Amino acid sequence: MYRVDFNKLRFLICDDNPHMRRILRTLLHSFGAREVYEAEDGATALEMYTHYVPDIVITDWSMPIFDGLELAQMIRQPESKGNPYAPIIMLTGHSEKRRVTVARDAGVTEFLAKPISAKGLYQRILNVVANPRPFIKTKTYFGPDRRRNTTNTYIGPERRGSGEVEVMQQPSLLEKARSSI
Amino acid sequence: MAKDKPGTIEVQSFGTHHVITQPNPLRKVLLRVPESDLDDPIGRAEKALAGLSGEFKEWMSIEADRLSTAYDAIKRDGFDDRTREELFRAAHDIKGDAATFGYPSAAVAAESLCRIIEHAPDLGAVPPQLIAHHINAVQAIVRERTKLDTAVVAGVLSKQLRGITDEFLTHANRDRPEHLEAILAPSIVPNE
Repeated sequence: MYRVDFNKLRFLICDDNPHMRRILRTLLHSFGAREVYEAEDGATALEMYTHYVPDIVITDWSMPIFDGLELAQMIRQPESKGNPYAPIIMLTGHSEKRRVTVARDAGVTEFLAKPISAKGLYQRILNVVANPRPFIKTKTYFGPDRRRNTTNTYIGPERRGSGEVEVMQQPSLLEKARSSI
Repeated sequence: MAKDKPGTIEVQSFGTHHVITQPNPLRKVLLRVPESDLDDPIGRAEKALAGLSGEFKEWMSIEADRLSTAYDAIKRDGFDDRTREELFRAAHDIKGDAATFGYPSAAVAAESLCRIIEHAPDLGAVPPQLIAHHINAVQAIVRERTKLDTAVVAGVLSKQLRGITDEFLTHANRDRPEHLEAILAPSIVPNE
């Protein structure tokens, strides 16, 4: 059985609602976390993200200035100075499937629909700690692999191009041998 | 923990994408414990949350008053980007928080109001009573919660509001298939 040692983790929570921030802080401290930083909007959160370098970000979606979706997109900049790989858990009152897809496409690692529960939050944190997914970089996306499972029975179109490894052409040994004569 | 250096990043390049893998930077916080381990972080957190519950009524009153204030601004100034956004944000917060605070019926009513704001083709054309009933329902549910017999009434009231809202939105969006699809799509929250 595995357990998360929360007192070694640094969290950044971002929610414009002070009551929800208090609940989140209470839950994280009860899990054992000591370092919990709070921001009430996306802009402040981004600044704190760069300054405190949290291990895990928990953010609301709807917020003033810029929202949780934009925050995720700004963190997931592969060329940025900060860490673009930190797990992002989106905790939101939005409960429609299309929202989950939009959040996923912004680079969000886990989605947790409100109402919040201690169990739901713990499980999302355990998942990002124990089962990190590789990151995928394409022309239009940078973030955790959106394919959580691989299946041999998938019958839809292959969206990741040819899937072939990019091969650097090298002269064959025979060609090398001939050219050296 | 955050000060630990990240491990070596491995990049595999494919035709249209790169797969980037790095050793799990958080693996050190994953502890293997025996099955007999009695520590219960979830139970501890639930107790802590219960310890906050004494403040929930006041928090909920603040949220409900914020919703009423946002609606008062609309009655005074009409719908514009600012007033619409504030009403949506207030309703959306109640939708997300009210069940945690012990007011699940208020969450249902607030969600119904959020759906009106998100999907009505013209908010100015929404019957004012429909919005007013949602605001009044949330206020009543919060105000009357301490009475034992109000839980059932609150549940029925919220469900009726949701039913009327869905009927209105389905009709109003009959020529807007993308909205109709969103309105009729099931929620990802179980038992909602």
